[in-house]
Amino acid sequence: MEQIVVQNEKDTRSGFGEGLLELGRTNKEVVALCADLTGSLKMDAFEKEFPDRFFQVGIAEANMIGIAAGMTIGGKIPFTGTFANFSTGRVYDQIRQSVAYSEKNVKICASHAGLTLGEDGATHQILEDIGMMKMLPGMTVINPCDFNQTKAATIAIASHVGPVYLRFGRPKVPNFTPANQKFVIGKALMLHEGVDVTIFATGHMVWKAIEAAQILLQKGINPEIINIHTIKPLDEAAVLQSVKKTKCVVTAEEHQIAGGMGESIAGVLTRHLPAPIEFVGVNDTFGESGTPEELMKKYGLDAIDIVNAAQRAISRK
Amino acid sequence: MENLKLLCTQVRRDIVRMVSAVQSGHPGGSLGCVEYFVALYFKVMKHDPKNFTMDGKGDDVFFLSNGHISPVWYSVLARNGYFPVSELATFRKLDSRLQGHPATAEHLEGIRMASGSLGQGLSAAIGAAITKKLNKENTYVFSLHGDGELQEGQIWEAAMYAAHNKIDNLISTIDYNGRQIDGDVDNVLSLGDIKGKWHAFGWQVLEMDGNNLEEVINTLNHAKTLTGKGKPIMIIMKTEMGMGVDYMMGTHKWHGSPPNKEQTEKALAQLILDGLEEQGDY
Repeated sequence: MEQIVVQNEKDTRSGFGEGLLELGRTNKEVVALCADLTGSLKMDAFEKEFPDRFFQVGIAEANMIGIAAGMTIGGKIPFTGTFANFSTGRVYDQIRQSVAYSEKNVKICASHAGLTLGEDGATHQILEDIGMMKMLPGMTVINPCDFNQTKAATIAIASHVGPVYLRFGRPKVPNFTPANQKFVIGKALMLHEGVDVTIFATGHMVWKAIEAAQILLQKGINPEIINIHTIKPLDEAAVLQSVKKTKCVVTAEEHQIAGGMGESIAGVLTRHLPAPIEFVGVNDTFGESGTPEELMKKYGLDAIDIVNAAQRAISRK
Repeated sequence: MENLKLLCTQVRRDIVRMVSAVQSGHPGGSLGCVEYFVALYFKVMKHDPKNFTMDGKGDDVFFLSNGHISPVWYSVLARNGYFPVSELATFRKLDSRLQGHPATAEHLEGIRMASGSLGQGLSAAIGAAITKKLNKENTYVFSLHGDGELQEGQIWEAAMYAAHNKIDNLISTIDYNGRQIDGDVDNVLSLGDIKGKWHAFGWQVLEMDGNNLEEVINTLNHAKTLTGKGKPIMIIMKTEMGMGVDYMMGTHKWHGSPPNKEQTEKALAQLILDGLEEQGDY
């Protein structure tokens, strides 16, 4: 397998914070709103440097989404920041009517997504957000894999006209995406070309897929690893091109299987190229308190779970 | 002024005919807010009906939060020149830009935000007001809300925000008709001291008779003189739901029910157009 250089371990939310700060310096229309989680979202640097373009709304997420939608009228590009749970489930109707249906250029930036939020438990560990957001007409859904990619994605979405859901997380994870890599919305990234099975991964699960690939290679299985950082619009061409070659699939995401990236990929394959598919994700259950590592293991989101799924998929060819 | 009063009658005829034609829609609240809309668009706001832009830079902008009273808004926008009056005939029909509740997707001139799911418009208005401040505009943002809508929690999130952050280029109004779908607001979930509540939240509070055209114009213009003083402005506007059609007044029953053919004729017989220049039914 080609060398993947881990530059350091960093949290994806800090990538968002750095990207936002850079946007503050390069795009005067960018404004930021936060619902009492400035430190957690790493928005404090933007707040310090651009106090007139930072809006603390208090613990009032519905109002934050509505204000952001209104701010676009007159040309501002609002980035809202709170935990993924409060960015989606709590404000679904506000996003649906005031942002998506009203076609507003709001960037909904969501940290602490998924199980890796850890000890706070299931009230905060949203695992349904990708599903909710991808169902909204016109919504772009992005789930980058590491610090560098989250920073690049944050900068990229400012140039995209239309609502975007940007999902990232809390823990420090390997940062391996090249720092200068351009982020292209909707363009899947090939990490390792293989022939036996395609592993489509998103978010934190991309690194798990790389770990799984190393185990599979030792077993004589050569998997293709593709980073689906943009879940909507999905890079259907990349999906079909890979599965045409490998003829079986594993999807891996820190999200419910129901409504997640895996179902989007299954939909494409069912329509154009039916193939055995195994889903690595949370299977119709809430999370619980624990360390991120413990939770990923208990809920079947570890590298070994991807390895096992790959072997099942291959056996079904 | 006499011409504007006759225009109010024309708008009321439009409302009755629109909801009657498709046998759906919300005549009650629409009829009650006619004077407010006519005052706003024909006398109070600085705006350009022939050159509508989503961004509204340099213009006063308006948000309707209680989107179900779309008939009155559509009628006044059309009569004001935003789009052809003939388009009112498409209200709530397939392929129309005049959706049951206001929407932006069909690019109807005059509308900047979808509404219908209640409680969201005040937040949007605050956002637009902030952007006007950031863009260093000396223009105003207006918004209208139902009284029943105040039961939505988001309204009070927005109320706190606007006062705390001194959003003082915002002039909001509550249609205080005292009625909602299930009955009188006082029976469904009473608002208590509505004036005291907004005052306690830190807003400058005004009151007006929403069915007295001169008073509406004067109060809205007075509100403009109170902007820029550190407080958002809320006008408690007393109206009569169903105003102008005798059998629709004094009850909540015409909140969301259209009149049948016979009732429509009865209503139109009460809304006499005499001497209004350059108008007439669409």
